[in-house]
Amino acid sequence: MSIAEIVEKHGNDRENLLQILHDLQDCSGDHSLHHDAMVQLSRIMNLTVADIVGTASFYSMFSLRPRGRHVIRLCESPPCYIKGSENILLALEKRLGVSVGGTTGDGLFTLETTSCLGVCGVAPAMMIDETVYGNLTEEKVNGIIDGLVKAA
Amino acid sequence: MSKPRMFLLVPIDANTVIAGAREVKNRFSLEIGKRGLAGEAKVIETGSFGPADAGVVVAVQPDGVVYGRLAPDDVPRIVEEHLVKGRPYVERILPGEKPPPPPESEDARHTQLHGRVVLDNCGRIDPDSIEEYIANDGYFALGQALTAMTPAQVIEEVKASGLRGRGGAGFPTGLKWSFCAPVKAREKYVICNADEGEPGTFKDRLIMEGDPHKVLEGMAICAYAIGATRGYVYIRGEYAISIERMQRAIDAARAKGLLGRNIFGRGFNFDIEIRKGAGAYVCGEETALIESMEGKRGLPRLKPPFPAQSGFRGMPTNVNNVETLANVPAIIRRGAAWFKSLGTAGTPGTKVYTILGHINRPGLIEVPAGVTLREIIEEYGGGMQSGSFHMAQLGGTAGDILGREMLDVPLDYDALQKVGHSLGSGAILIMNESVNVRDFLHACLKFFHHESCGRCGPCRNGLHVLRDITGRLKDGKAYKDDPGLMQEVALALKSSAFCPLGQSPAAPIMSAWRYFKDDILSGVDSNAARPRMARSLRADLSAAI
Ligand SMILES: Cc1cc2nc3c(=O)[nH]c(=O)nc-3n(C[C@H](O)[C@H](O)[C@H](O)COP(=O)(O)O)c2cc1C
Ligand code: SF4
Ligand code: FES
Repeated sequence: MSIAEIVEKHGNDRENLLQILHDLQDCSGDHSLHHDAMVQLSRIMNLTVADIVGTASFYSMFSLRPRGRHVIRLCESPPCYIKGSENILLALEKRLGVSVGGTTGDGLFTLETTSCLGVCGVAPAMMIDETVYGNLTEEKVNGIIDGLVKAA
Repeated sequence: MSKPRMFLLVPIDANTVIAGAREVKNRFSLEIGKRGLAGEAKVIETGSFGPADAGVVVAVQPDGVVYGRLAPDDVPRIVEEHLVKGRPYVERILPGEKPPPPPESEDARHTQLHGRVVLDNCGRIDPDSIEEYIANDGYFALGQALTAMTPAQVIEEVKASGLRGRGGAGFPTGLKWSFCAPVKAREKYVICNADEGEPGTFKDRLIMEGDPHKVLEGMAICAYAIGATRGYVYIRGEYAISIERMQRAIDAARAKGLLGRNIFGRGFNFDIEIRKGAGAYVCGEETALIESMEGKRGLPRLKPPFPAQSGFRGMPTNVNNVETLANVPAIIRRGAAWFKSLGTAGTPGTKVYTILGHINRPGLIEVPAGVTLREIIEEYGGGMQSGSFHMAQLGGTAGDILGREMLDVPLDYDALQKVGHSLGSGAILIMNESVNVRDFLHACLKFFHHESCGRCGPCRNGLHVLRDITGRLKDGKAYKDDPGLMQEVALALKSSAFCPLGQSPAAPIMSAWRYFKDDILSGVDSNAARPRMARSLRADLSAAI
């Protein structure tokens, strides 16, 4: 979808900016909001670029930097913490060779931490793209990553 | 066609989908078809009825058997043993789970386990079927309100029921509606707050995934009562299944004329749209939520004016939590007196909790307000998973930390207030001795630090200081005056932060100090000396706040 089409779909109104940014990011190919896209958007919506960037940067689901093909978001809120999310983070960092915020050299994974994902019943939990994984152990995490690498 | 003899209820929600519930459900349909049982056994997709950590769950009714941790390959055995030969397959039975009653039995509705009000349909009906909702008294209350009650009578009934907001603050719902109702405006709005960012809380998600029409019906009744014509459900962006189910429910209700124009032929117009959040805890605060709905950064607004006067688009707006709204249809249908007969005087009705941590059966429960922590752990949580009870946090990360002394205090707004605590949003996190209170506090403060919106100085700076102090305590490297400074800053935030996000870290900090003073002090390193810089920072801070 082009930027104009996305704006058209939601309606050219400030109110719809978040919904527009969601779609824009989904269409970006690298899970991020590109600067030139936001410049274009600012013209279409008659908003300043600073306003759009400022709004986008407030929300943790939007990224202004390109991210890998898969975005890993590990929950580090207290209910996951007491079930060992710290060790899971170490396991992920070890397996991927990047620290939080980093993207692997092959561009396959970006590692992020997040606040509660609302699946604390199966803590510790993480989301990779749209899929939630729970009851994580180091072994399980490695298996999940292996699976995604193989599928790539 | 003959009436099915057996029902297999398969909860499809975020927890079970992770474990492969869709595959198991499909396999059941396949195996049942293969054996020619299709007329006798019916597979029904439902929302969760409680267990959150039991893998794929299936309840077989009317036998009252609940299976858990199922894989597709278990299915042929269960079909063969249980459905054909009538012998439950014991290896996969989940001990201690009470299944929801079968969907079409006469007395199913009101003999619910634990007398459920909000969750009475969850795990029992197909959330994607408006017909099933209607068959279970769905939209009856809306019809009743529109045809037999004035808006003022609806508000009176809700007021009389004593229903209090379930979003955390416990504000009386009827009273809130009565603020919005008399305000004259071109347009008014009802917003359902489904942002649910409080760590440990996922009740609203399971309500939306298990019984979305109940939330819509509650919104429509509210709209009629206050004179609103448009409604919005603000759902956090991560809740993909909730967003899908709610959207399908809205479409179905519209198709049946239960949303849209001239509902029940009474000239009442009301429609609902979904707005997707983008990941910010503070957007659960009602005025920040409204800012976010207007496409801006989610910064809380100054109150007054309250949303009832000037909210979304500057118009009168009523914001309620998902669970609050889901209570409304039953109150209208069965009356305020019935509702008051449940729970305690200060907190009528039931309360939905998510219970989690080191217990055997984490998940969603709905209990009369006023049960104790001990009952929750023993009766609903299946006891401690390992070790013994050490502490609990009530109401999510913004809630109080309780020690063993509080195991027998009834959980209702007033009884807790008497002992200096509050109920919060409905999350109950149970911890054994493996959790050190210092580590835990640091995890809490990291959360607040990350989620501060940065609008006001006390929170923006104070949380930074608190995060660092708790970090030092965690590492056993705290300065001698850190514990004192921690409380000082927490209390300064409580009295000066702009919104409750900045005010609330005082809750876990001060309550932890109350019960675990020695543990906290053990994080102090008596040899550590505070660097000069930090000392002046402290002076700056006290000057600033
Ligand atoms: C930081 C913060 C986060 C909040 N998050 C939520 C939330 O996720 N869901 C919710 O219903 N209320 C939340 N609230 C409470 C809302 O501001 C508001 O009181 C509530 O939606 C009112 O609904 P009720 O009267 O039905 O409880 C939050 C408040 C604060 C200060
Ligand atoms: S207290 Fe924190 S979250 Fe609330 S307005 Fe101030 S900076 Fe923002
Ligand atoms: S705390 Fe991790 S999912 Fe809720």
